[in-house]
Amino acid sequence: MMRKPLLWLPMVLGLGLFVLFYLGLENPGQRIINSNVIGRELPEFSTQVAVEGVEPVSSENLRDGNPRLVNVFASWCAPCIQEIPVLLRLRAQGIEIDGIAVHDRPADISRFLAENGNPYRRIGLDNEGRSQLEIGSSGVPETFVIDREGRIVYQHIGIVTEQDIPEILARLGGTG
Amino acid sequence: MMRRLLLAIFLLTAAPLAAQDYAHEALADPAQEAAAIELMDSLRCVVCQGQPISGSNADIAGDMRRIVRERIAAGETPEQVREWLITRYGDFVSFKPVVKPATWGLWLVPLAALLLGLVLVSRRVRLRRN
Repeated sequence: MMRKPLLWLPMVLGLGLFVLFYLGLENPGQRIINSNVIGRELPEFSTQVAVEGVEPVSSENLRDGNPRLVNVFASWCAPCIQEIPVLLRLRAQGIEIDGIAVHDRPADISRFLAENGNPYRRIGLDNEGRSQLEIGSSGVPETFVIDREGRIVYQHIGIVTEQDIPEILARLGGTG
Repeated sequence: MMRRLLLAIFLLTAAPLAAQDYAHEALADPAQEAAAIELMDSLRCVVCQGQPISGSNADIAGDMRRIVRERIAAGETPEQVREWLITRYGDFVSFKPVVKPATWGLWLVPLAALLLGLVLVSRRVRLRRN
C-alpha cells in the first residue's frame, strides 16, 4: 500500500469532494441576487397610481434626464420604515426619489406615508410585481440609482443607512 | 324567474374567468400548461432560493409564475422565457446550467476524469498481458 501513495490520490480526492458536497447539502446558504439590468437599457414598465394626485413611476419618466433614486418598498415591510428617515435626509439634500410599492394597497400606502414621512416625488403601485421583475429586484427594500438616460447604474439591496449615503451620492454624481 | 336564474349562472361562471390569475391558475391549453410547469420547475425563486418557483408560496414566486404562463400563452418558447428572466436576474435564476466559458470546467472535468480513467485502465490491462 505504501509503495505507490499516488494511487490513493483519486480516492482521497473523491472522498474529499463527497464530504464537501455533503456539507453543502446541509447548508445551502442564501446568496444576494443582483439585478442583471445594471448598466443596460431599462426594460419598459409602468405602475398604477398609488396615491391620489401623485404621478406613478414608469420606465418612460425615468428617462426624463434627471438622475435619481428608485426605492422599491412596501407598507407591510418593517425594514422599509427604518430607512425612511435616511431617504428623507437625502430628499432634503435635493435628491429626487421615486418609490415603487409592491404587493400593496393604496390605503395602506397612504397610512404608511402619513406615519413615517414621505420621501417620494413619484409613487407607483406594483401589485403584481411586474416592474420589480423588469428591473431585476428580488425583494424589499431595494434602492436603485438611475442615471440621466434612465439606466440603472447601482443597486443597493436592503436598508439604506447613514453609512450608505456617500456611496449613493457618489454613484448619483458619477452619472452627470 | 328563469331569466334571473340564467343571469345568476352567467355571473357565477364569469367571475372566475375575469379573475384569472396565472400566478395560481393553470393555462387552458394542457400542452402549454405542461410546458410552463416544466419550465417553472427549473427556475429559482429569488427570495426562497432553494426552491423552484413552482413550489414556493412567496409573492415574488407567484409573480414569476404569472410571467411564465403569460409569455407561454402568448406563444413564446420556454427557453425564450428562461432567457427573459436571466436577462433580469442573471444565470443564478435558472437551475439549468448553461455552457459558456465560465462553466466549461463543469462540463469538461467529468469528461477529463473519464478519459484519464480509461488511459489508466488500458495501461494496466496492457501491463498484465505482458
